[in-house]
Amino acid sequence: MATTDAVLPETHDDHGHGHDHAHPSFLAHHFDTPEQQFDSGKLGMWLFLVTEILFFSGLFCAYAIFRSLRPDVFEGCSQFLNTKLGAINTGVLLFSSLTMAWAVRCAQIEDHKGCTGMLAATLSCAMVFLGVKSIEYSHKWELGLLPPFAYSYDPNAPHHEGISWYLIYMCIPFAIGLVGLVAWLLKSLATGNTFAVNVAKPMVVVFAFFFVGVGLGTILESGEAKHEDAAHAAAGHDGESHDGAHAGEMAGEHALAATSSPAAAGISPVLERLATDDGNTGIRDDITARERQTEVAGTSVVADKSEISQPIESVPGVINTKTQAGVFFAIYYCMTGIHAIHILAGIGVMTWLLVRSVRQDFNRHYFGPVDYVGLYWHIVDLIWIYLFPLLYLIR
Amino acid sequence: MTSSHAHAVADHGHDPNDFAHPLPIWMLLAVFVALTVLTIITVAQASYDLGSYDVIVTMVIATIKATLVMLFFMHLAFDKPFNMIIFLSSFVFVALFIMFTLFDAKLNSPSFIPVVDEPVTTVAAP
Repeated sequence: MATTDAVLPETHDDHGHGHDHAHPSFLAHHFDTPEQQFDSGKLGMWLFLVTEILFFSGLFCAYAIFRSLRPDVFEGCSQFLNTKLGAINTGVLLFSSLTMAWAVRCAQIEDHKGCTGMLAATLSCAMVFLGVKSIEYSHKWELGLLPPFAYSYDPNAPHHEGISWYLIYMCIPFAIGLVGLVAWLLKSLATGNTFAVNVAKPMVVVFAFFFVGVGLGTILESGEAKHEDAAHAAAGHDGESHDGAHAGEMAGEHALAATSSPAAAGISPVLERLATDDGNTGIRDDITARERQTEVAGTSVVADKSEISQPIESVPGVINTKTQAGVFFAIYYCMTGIHAIHILAGIGVMTWLLVRSVRQDFNRHYFGPVDYVGLYWHIVDLIWIYLFPLLYLIR
Repeated sequence: MTSSHAHAVADHGHDPNDFAHPLPIWMLLAVFVALTVLTIITVAQASYDLGSYDVIVTMVIATIKATLVMLFFMHLAFDKPFNMIIFLSSFVFVALFIMFTLFDAKLNSPSFIPVVDEPVTTVAAP
């Protein structure tokens, strides 16, 4: 409470000479009381948040339409999203919401050190979130899991090894920021500028936390790599069985109640007899092809179409196309990308708050800015609360 | 001077000019723990086969989490009710928007571009 003691005389003097007449420096001249100012600002912030909700509802609407059209595509593509990374990011955002609410409390009770610390914690969580997100994005871009115009996923393509260039591009701005802040910190340490030191110190930590997030994401992603290989193998297998189903259908046209191997391949006795003639190379080739096809298909020949539990279109192996998986990833990048832009904006305004908190601008009659940014931050968290299960947890 | 100091430190000042309502730390922590537990439940339920109730269950959990954030972190439980009315009214319009667009999408879906096309790459075995 040492800081409180140090600051109170100053803030108290601002309105100490009579609450009705003297205008403290933080009170805009068109407001009568700090409370009126606070309530007006809060109302404005809520109106802004309403527009944010409506803005995001457009994205949720697109999601609802495409998911209702092709639930199988969403189920299949969701396998490519790393649930662990999503869950970690959810936890990080929830924790940042806690620290933000705590920062508001600190501003209200005039605990300036605490407020600065809590804002720095919130900023660090935002950076960890972005770091993990950059791992997710770069991994998907390497695989070619992109919106329709650039979708180029090939399950048989070799795995990319080493650090992705996309990740490096995404790290560059944060690395530059970190280096700049360290330089600024050293310069202000040298010149003895206490205020700049107090601002630069938490900001260096905040920018360093981006790379903590990248490290965390890398560890979790590599842990998941084995599982993903299995998923790839499964995808390849699904593709095969899909072809097999086709072969089976063709075979079914020729021999419905077939049991012997050549007959299962849809080769009629007449064809077989014809093939014994050396001149009929075409028919022999055809038979070989059919036999091979049956081999690929396995032994399960679908005889009756009514027995097919799922239509061909819903076999997971076939969703790997631009207008199916591509559309899913377009929605994924729009929703998570716009959310990430909101995180970046939040980082911007919270940096401003941190500077003002170091300057000890906030007191129990003027904590509006912290409160309003807090509301914004909670809305960003709120949207992620819905995004996470909708995108990552489709079984 | 001393009295105003006391108000600044206390959670509830009796100064009529004090309008700040700091949330107690235990409340913040309790809400955070509840949110974390609910997140773990959502992730855990994803590994069970709940069929078509899947979406409903996750959405109910997400809505409970959202309500907790709104009431406590966003301070709506202690705020002037007008803010709550404004915020909830947005969901009325969101519901209208999504419902009517979905009706329309359902009616027009046959005229959508074919959502089934050929794979980008050949996935068949060599």
